[in-house]
Amino acid sequence: MRHVFLDHQSSTPVLPEVFDAMRPFFTEAFGNPSSLHQHGLRVRDALKKARQQMATLIGADSEEEIFFTSDGTESANLAIKGVAYANERKGKHLVISATEHPSVINSIEFLEKQGWTCTRVGVDAEGVLKLDELRAAITPQTVLVAVHHVNHDIGTIQPMREVGKVCAEKGVPLYVDCEASAGWLPIDVKEFGAALVSFSPHRFYGPKGVGVLYRNKKARIVSMMHGGVQEGGRRAGTENVPAIVGGGVAAEIALTELPKRIAHTAHLQKRLWDGLRSKVTYIKLNGAEPGPKRISTNLNLSTEFIEGEGQLLLCDLNGIAVASGSSCVSKSLKVSHVLSAIGLDHALAQGNIIMTLGMMNTDEDVDYTVETFAKIATKLRGMSPMWDEFERGIIDSIIAPTGRGKSFSQHAADVSGKAAH
Amino acid sequence: MSDTYTLYNPTVMEHFMNPRNMGDIKDADGVGEVGAAACGDIMKISLKIKDGKIEDARFKTFGCGSAIASSSMATELIKGRTIAEAMDFSNQEVVDALGGLPPVKIHCSVLAEEALKAALEDYVKKHPEAAAKAGQAQTVAA
Ligand code: FES
Repeated sequence: MRHVFLDHQSSTPVLPEVFDAMRPFFTEAFGNPSSLHQHGLRVRDALKKARQQMATLIGADSEEEIFFTSDGTESANLAIKGVAYANERKGKHLVISATEHPSVINSIEFLEKQGWTCTRVGVDAEGVLKLDELRAAITPQTVLVAVHHVNHDIGTIQPMREVGKVCAEKGVPLYVDCEASAGWLPIDVKEFGAALVSFSPHRFYGPKGVGVLYRNKKARIVSMMHGGVQEGGRRAGTENVPAIVGGGVAAEIALTELPKRIAHTAHLQKRLWDGLRSKVTYIKLNGAEPGPKRISTNLNLSTEFIEGEGQLLLCDLNGIAVASGSSCVSKSLKVSHVLSAIGLDHALAQGNIIMTLGMMNTDEDVDYTVETFAKIATKLRGMSPMWDEFERGIIDSIIAPTGRGKSFSQHAADVSGKAAH
Repeated sequence: MSDTYTLYNPTVMEHFMNPRNMGDIKDADGVGEVGAAACGDIMKISLKIKDGKIEDARFKTFGCGSAIASSSMATELIKGRTIAEAMDFSNQEVVDALGGLPPVKIHCSVLAEEALKAALEDYVKKHPEAAAKAGQAQTVAA
């Protein structure tokens, strides 16, 4: 069976060059960077080099603006809570987009329980932030604006330059979550006008266990982790040296390979979407069309009349690894908040899967996926009462309405006695 | 499958991949369609009933892997049962027969129980005389 990994948004394999660079730091170069002897000084140099590599990837002025954390979630927690606590006297209001990653949203919810308030700015049907709403949301009490560069679910690219301009006008620091874009799209912290930026090397062929947080002088933060004075006192705890070294190499390779990565994935993205929409009826691409508003690695799809977990399972049984935003795959039984924010009908959100491309994917992989997915959709539709009821004219399609029958949501409400959320 | 990792246990996976009794029954005696308020999934069970016994049961499901496996297992279990017996059917029987479901997926088996009961209710509504008989049987059994 062919194996096709279409979940690069979740993680990527470590490149051989990255692995080679890491290896000595597990064994002979095992020192603690805080030590003052040869063993410590050697790894301290290695950390400095990695910091430079990270700074270069995002166009930062100096490696002193780079902090290492354990992963993207910790970076987001530090950016949000760190700024909030540092500016408590100035104000207790924050502004985020409605489609941020859970690490941002849940950090905000934690603060809200302690008396902070937050405005969630809406997005349009493609997932693009509403700039006028953003401008209106910022008050004199606002201490931070958080907007991601690329959405983790639907791949929408936010207008960072404009967002940065609004924040600069209002004099509020901007935190940009670049977890879904770093290594796949150019990032320039100055062009974004960002005070804080986070990203994780394991999303672009580096190792897990290291997160990166860029912070410039525009944002005051307090530490969330207390102990030694590692990372300039902003993040106590012995650094994960092998992962940091590997992450640095991954960042350097990403920067040189960027045009190649974009060209390769954009080609596959087009082939995959063209293939799917020609072979599968009643399928919809959520978010923007492939192009300037969508990252080249992402396709977020809703296939009507069938549910996403079943699609995911059957893909997996056929060697294809995908993700899903259906309520059935979430422990909370809620559909992805991003799909809700773009106003997607619950029935379509329920039929959602996410395919994210990478460098190891080929044309053959894409063609196999199209062919296999068409069979999966047919199999699941054969089992679906909704498909049958659609064919009999009892319910209508949302993607391509025929004008016959009631809506799926109305039908679901009728049979469950409760409106779908 | 031995070198493959699966989300559910082998019995659930088997029923998901090769569901039993999938489809509709032409001229069914009872049809029940229900939705899960929790997740939004939908299940439909059709029954063929003869001499107070379930002769055939079929399902169609718009839902997750364990909803499909639950409906497959439920229809297997209830075939041959009397109406009174089927009225007593509980989702726990499906969970046990499937060798367990993850805690968050128990509601999928409840959906199967509800779809079956809705189909029985539909039958009883159409055949009040059968209901009276089933009621008697139930009292006798009790
Ligand atoms: S029926 Fe809803 S998650 Fe299984």
